[in-house]
Amino acid sequence: MLEIRNLHANVDGREILKGLDLTLPTGEVHAIMGPNGSGKSTLAYVLAGKDDYEVTEGSVTWNGVDLLALDPTGRAVAGVFLAFQYPMEIPGVATMTFLRSSVNAVRKARGQEELSTPDFLRVLKEKAKDLNIDVEMLRRPLNVGFSGGEKKRNEILQMTLLEPSLCVLDETDSGLDIDALRVVADGVNALRSPERSMLVITHYQRLLDYIVPDRVHVLSDGRVARSGGPELAMELEKSGYAEFGGEATAA
Amino acid sequence: MPAVQDTVERVKEIDVDQYKYGFVTEIESVTAPKGLNEDIVRFISAKKDEPQWLLDWRLEAFKRWLTMQEPEWANVHYPKIDFQDLYYYSAPKSTEGPKSLDEVDPELLETYKKLGIPLREQEVLAGVQGAPKVAVDAVFDSVSVVTTFKEELAKAGVIFCSISEAVKNHPELVKKYLGSVVPSTDNFYATLNSAVFSDGSFVYVPEGVHCPMELSTYFRINAEQTGQFERTLIIADKGAYVSYLEGCTAPMRDENQLHAAVVELVALEDAEIKYSTVQNWYPGDKNGKGGIFNFVTKRGDCRGDRSKISWTQVETGSAITWKYPSCILRGDGSRGEFYSIAISNGYQQIDSGTKMIHLGKNTSSRIISKGIAAGHSNNTYRGLVSAHRRAANARNFTVCDSLLIGDKCGAHTVPYIEAKNASATFEHEATTSKISDDQLFYCLSRGLSEEEAVALIVNGFVRDVLQHLPMEFMAETQKLISISLEGSVG
Repeated sequence: MLEIRNLHANVDGREILKGLDLTLPTGEVHAIMGPNGSGKSTLAYVLAGKDDYEVTEGSVTWNGVDLLALDPTGRAVAGVFLAFQYPMEIPGVATMTFLRSSVNAVRKARGQEELSTPDFLRVLKEKAKDLNIDVEMLRRPLNVGFSGGEKKRNEILQMTLLEPSLCVLDETDSGLDIDALRVVADGVNALRSPERSMLVITHYQRLLDYIVPDRVHVLSDGRVARSGGPELAMELEKSGYAEFGGEATAA
Repeated sequence: MPAVQDTVERVKEIDVDQYKYGFVTEIESVTAPKGLNEDIVRFISAKKDEPQWLLDWRLEAFKRWLTMQEPEWANVHYPKIDFQDLYYYSAPKSTEGPKSLDEVDPELLETYKKLGIPLREQEVLAGVQGAPKVAVDAVFDSVSVVTTFKEELAKAGVIFCSISEAVKNHPELVKKYLGSVVPSTDNFYATLNSAVFSDGSFVYVPEGVHCPMELSTYFRINAEQTGQFERTLIIADKGAYVSYLEGCTAPMRDENQLHAAVVELVALEDAEIKYSTVQNWYPGDKNGKGGIFNFVTKRGDCRGDRSKISWTQVETGSAITWKYPSCILRGDGSRGEFYSIAISNGYQQIDSGTKMIHLGKNTSSRIISKGIAAGHSNNTYRGLVSAHRRAANARNFTVCDSLLIGDKCGAHTVPYIEAKNASATFEHEATTSKISDDQLFYCLSRGLSEEEAVALIVNGFVRDVLQHLPMEFMAETQKLISISLEGSVG
């Protein structure tokens, strides 16, 4: 269970999260929605442990573990995975090499045996196929020259390989056409399990047609302003974020 | 990526002060008295039982050296070297080469083991059945003590031996080519080397012969305060091909150690020489104390038409590196290549690059240089590309990339371009970048440690050059790169 209590966080000295409370039970999928600037991405980065995101108050525990006490590597090992809105490019490093380094680093830290190259390749090919990822893409340098869809599918591939228990998806739908969105959503849905929790951050309701959440939380000015069932997303689709400090246009 | 995993374990085992290869082998040495004068030059020559012509050559170089000044144009700073406070000759006790590995000093074999003399080479040294064919001419403190596969090479007509042996057995070749690429008057350190060179490798590949194996030399500086003056001479006759690997490590030492080697390559018509170096000498401790001074002159002469010389270097060690493996593109249609990875960390100073001197028509050259600076280090690329007035259609392509890690290091690029022929086409691209915090965070969030993340990103950065290393060097080099960058983040 993820428990966020009274979380305050600054970016460049400016307070973005202002006392956020959230409970995400194990096995559930919650959506985080909200207007631009409400703190959605900040929450994602704070959970993953990015340097410039300074937590000034509050607590975050994952299955009783104090996440804020861990460095980003430690959080990944503890089962936290952030699917980036803008995945980074690393020139010269083959995607496959990166994936294998990452998988084996995490496995080792979790006390599991590292995968041999043939074993890894077998797993990789299988998972890649599910996400409609061409093996050729995995030979290219990590995210370099990838299309928006390729980058996002690559994120979900990493999520699949690393077997996290807490998945945070930061606007994974942005920049995706409807076909790519479906592939990504299928990938995410395949990972839903009673042992795994997911936080799906999105600006638009569209994604939630494919990944149906157990709960929806609307952020406004760094706090959860409203929570509800999936119907809340539908309501926002019609009314927009006007009441949450966003523009009145429908999403 | 097992290389990275392995690296992290290794890195954990050492802290900055514990240089991985910092140990001393106790083998009795025969050492000349400290200091340098005509008698020492005579002593060295006599020790090696050299002919008069070579002694004369040395003495002439020595006289010349006395009139020369140390070069000061490089972007490196160090206390003045007292050349009278160094030893100029030291040889392991046994002067007779062993007939088999059983006769090799066990201490020496142990040293190789500690060095992790890697992979295939150790098998070769151990005489393992079916070991791959990599000939190792191990230079241990100045005198070759182990030479393997000489016979098989001989079958192909390839001569691979120490310079001293070559002087005895192939004097006509040595006389013809020694100093023909790097004259004994060339520069302060090359001239010093000419006077006092101890030993090194000699390779001659006869006309039309494709050398059947990679030739490899490992050597390390061993006896305390002994300057190491290697002399290497490689000749590929018409249509011949040879690939030569040089890798080295050195024990830990407080005193600065001088290393002033000379490497000469000669490629005749249609010949090709590929020369690869992995240099991992002691870089000094975390305060910049100690470490090797590496002042090397390496030059290849594409003497024949359509000949080709390719330098690949991985420079990770030494306190100071002053090194410009160069190509003289004399033959028409000849080609020169320089691929370099230069990594500086701690207080290391590197001033390295190349010279591509286009003399013949339709000559081409290619330079890919990757400099990585971390810690408080300074990393300078200095490269000359020139076209003589008769070098019609000379072409050069240069890529010079620098990567900075942290904010206390420096990367500098000093290109010199001189085209005296209007038909020359010279291209130069240069970039400087930093490992971004976002890239690092991305890797960390995937469970990699900072060390692993930096190693991965840097290995990606140098990939273009890594690809030019012989296979057996690639994996080793990736590890070495990771080890070299230890402590560069955080």
